[in-house]
Amino acid sequence: MLKVDDSALPETEVTDIRSYLASQENKTLLRFLTCGSVDDGKSTLIGRLLYDTKLIFEDQLATLEQDSRKHGTTGDDIDFALLVDGLEEERQQGITIDVAYRFFSTPKRKFIVADTPGHEQYTRNMATGASSADLAVVLVDARQGVLAQTRRHSIIASLLGIRHIVLAVNKIDLVGFDEEVFKRIVMEYTAFAKDLGFASIVPIPMSARYGDNVTRASDNTPWYTGPSLIDHLETVDVEGDAAERPFRFPVQYVNRPNHEFRGFAGTVASGSIAVGDDVVVAKSDKRSRVKRIATYDGDRESAFEGEAVTLLLDDEIEVSRGNMLVAPDARPHVADQLAANVVWFDEHPLLPGRMYLLRTETDQVNATVSHLKHRTNVNNFAHEAAKSLELNEVGVCNFSLQAPIAFDSFEENRTTGAFVLIDRLTNATVGAGMILHPLRRAANIHWQALDVTKTSRAELKHQKPAILWFTGLSGSGKSTIANLLEKKLHAAGRHTYILDGDNVRHGLNRDLGFTEEDRVENIRRVGEVARLMTEAGLIVLVSFISPFRAERRMARDMMEEGEFIEVFVDTPFEECAKRDPKGLYARALKGEIKNFTGVDSPYEVPELADVHLPTMGRSPEDLVDELETWLKERGYC
Amino acid sequence: MPAPLTHLQRLEAESIHIMREVAASFSKPVMLYSIGKDSSVLLHLAMKAFYPAKPPFPFLHVDTTWKFREMIAFRDRMAAELGFDLLVHINEEGVRDGINPFDHGSNVHTHVMKTVALRQALDTYGFDAAFGGARRDEEKSRAKERIFSFRTASHSWDPKNQRPEMWKIYNTRISQGESIRVFPLSNWTELDIWQYILQENIPIVPLYFAKKRPVVDRGGMTILVDDDRLKLQPDEKIEERKVRFRTLGCYPLTGAIDSDADTLEEIVAEMLTARTSERQGRLIDRDETGSMEKKKREGYF
Repeated sequence: MLKVDDSALPETEVTDIRSYLASQENKTLLRFLTCGSVDDGKSTLIGRLLYDTKLIFEDQLATLEQDSRKHGTTGDDIDFALLVDGLEEERQQGITIDVAYRFFSTPKRKFIVADTPGHEQYTRNMATGASSADLAVVLVDARQGVLAQTRRHSIIASLLGIRHIVLAVNKIDLVGFDEEVFKRIVMEYTAFAKDLGFASIVPIPMSARYGDNVTRASDNTPWYTGPSLIDHLETVDVEGDAAERPFRFPVQYVNRPNHEFRGFAGTVASGSIAVGDDVVVAKSDKRSRVKRIATYDGDRESAFEGEAVTLLLDDEIEVSRGNMLVAPDARPHVADQLAANVVWFDEHPLLPGRMYLLRTETDQVNATVSHLKHRTNVNNFAHEAAKSLELNEVGVCNFSLQAPIAFDSFEENRTTGAFVLIDRLTNATVGAGMILHPLRRAANIHWQALDVTKTSRAELKHQKPAILWFTGLSGSGKSTIANLLEKKLHAAGRHTYILDGDNVRHGLNRDLGFTEEDRVENIRRVGEVARLMTEAGLIVLVSFISPFRAERRMARDMMEEGEFIEVFVDTPFEECAKRDPKGLYARALKGEIKNFTGVDSPYEVPELADVHLPTMGRSPEDLVDELETWLKERGYC
Repeated sequence: MPAPLTHLQRLEAESIHIMREVAASFSKPVMLYSIGKDSSVLLHLAMKAFYPAKPPFPFLHVDTTWKFREMIAFRDRMAAELGFDLLVHINEEGVRDGINPFDHGSNVHTHVMKTVALRQALDTYGFDAAFGGARRDEEKSRAKERIFSFRTASHSWDPKNQRPEMWKIYNTRISQGESIRVFPLSNWTELDIWQYILQENIPIVPLYFAKKRPVVDRGGMTILVDDDRLKLQPDEKIEERKVRFRTLGCYPLTGAIDSDADTLEEIVAEMLTARTSERQGRLIDRDETGSMEKKKREGYF
């Protein structure tokens, strides 16, 4: 078995090698993925492509034959899926869990193919493979037709900017090479996909297992006159219109080896730049001119999309990582509010009000989903009202950012219009975003500058404003302790206020229930109110179950350093349930109250509370004394 | 419109982008330097990425004490010529216990002298990101790995639970003690590596070129007699043969191939007609099924 196709290889004359390599160099590259429902034959197809394009080495083939006997699902035949299912777990279960990247080439083109998993639970791995692809081969089992996963993958491919689809109607041998079956599936798919914005959908009847219409036209499908898969992949044009896009250069790294050299290193995201060109720093509007384009291989006159270079400017203007150098006459958006399509990857749902880390190619900023506009039903595209996005769901969200970022719409620029969302506690990548447009409301609401400041208000009261945030299970003693402490503070002449969970739910938050989404919003509002009260110079005692770490952290982040004091009132669940001052535990345990913290809704114990008050065996007075001492030592009272 | 980038230009730009991302996002990165052809390419790319500065991180060689002598000489020459910061780590406990590939087998030797040694070095220096030269075309489990690959505080890899990696947006966030392995050559193939070495004139260890060398045949592999620690079995005899290596590791575990290719052009020509994959010459990948994945989960590169 040869590693390259014979036709392209000269008679290995060494003198020809350089010209042979030069011809390799100028081949175009197509990145594509295979996707679709589980068992539709994605891995088998890739194995078949590698095998038929003679890219399997002898030792790999020997291993494959051995593996096929051990794990294979194709009787005595070689199970091509085992070529790509590289993880032990995948071979044992006979499924694909994560995306595999394979490389092959033909005389006409080079290919990187991402083999992605069909199971719904691994959709995030499919999205990973799709994000760098220009074409998707969507497989459909001829016996099954278009399934929910076929639709889900097509929608995600469309959202991620893929414009070219091959509809591979696979296992056509198992329906007797029946043209009617093929036609029916093609009609169903094209009807479904008409609103997905694909520039081309090429349907091909095929058998990945036996190779029909994969690399050669099949005698079994005389009614099919289109290209084989490989013919199409070799010739499809995915570049689209070649019009040059405006210059975008996200600054990745500031290179400052000495006083003479201050270079901005990065990859040209779009357009081109030449020495002497004017550029603008996107976030600051500062203008400068390109003095040098430095590379290891010598200075350049110009640089183009995709090149990693270092730019030096005429003057010493401030530019740091996360900012963008752009064309003065075609600038990106700079805003702290935006709308985006979101694909959600995490078991914990996306919740409006919760804060995430939003990361673009070089920038990152805290961001909150201010509004979940709708969830997209993957079966019929219906825009459905939703309070959260669950694992693998897609929807449109408005985001509110802590600081402005520079961006384009994803439709205009796949590099500067994309972001990922990261959970701030686990650091997991929980979602992907494709920006639709900025929201203008940020620009219209300015901060009114006030002459009387928080400091001056606090000074008048001779106190240090703060939030004491009491968290703990229902019945743990939060309100009792907060109430006693306030009495003491009040007696000592401090200006205080208590925000009590139950009381606030009678007024400000009476529209909120106890679902996870509503709990997040509940805390956000209370956090904002508490913050306003500290602005007024008050010491605020907040007595809220506040079961989630993320929201307690969000409330902390609204405040200045040292103004947020988390007090964990630590009473075990059994004790709270026994005390049951409001009779709620009894009802919750009987199932009469849903989403009750500690029963069927989680309480996330604080890991870094400022004050930890274990209450067992101690009186409330005793606990308040301890807390008061803590506050005195730190100058709060 | 300018001509589109060539294949190698695209690969080079991607690798440089990845290296800069690490330098900008981590507090203590390191580049693993294993002296082979992939490491030579990695080093060359690092010189380019931060030009005119030197790479802003040290290079770490985990020395099993069983590397070819020519590799060590080459390593020291490169460090002196390019002036990069070279750290060498040896698992001294393993040396004290006399761990070697002959008596303990490739599995134990690799685990103690490579995997454990690497973990020791990463912990000692507190590196939070480590570059490796692995490519996705090398092996099935490598084809599955992210470019930025998360490791727990105990250096283990969970292949079933990898972070999604969208576009060129890399999640570099980690907690105390955790780290990221970074593979800038993920999308390069063996052919790309050789072609780039040829194009850029990158120095490589002379063992890649065919030359008359003393070898013995053992267990289906051709082993170079690199020093007197290789004890001959009764039925073995040393032959002078013109051989070269497609990959380089520990000399008792790395098979040579008979070859006349003594120029880069000839090496590439030979590679183009090769009938076996490059890791075929590496004993450690074959000692059990799925062995690369298992080693990677334990912290091997």
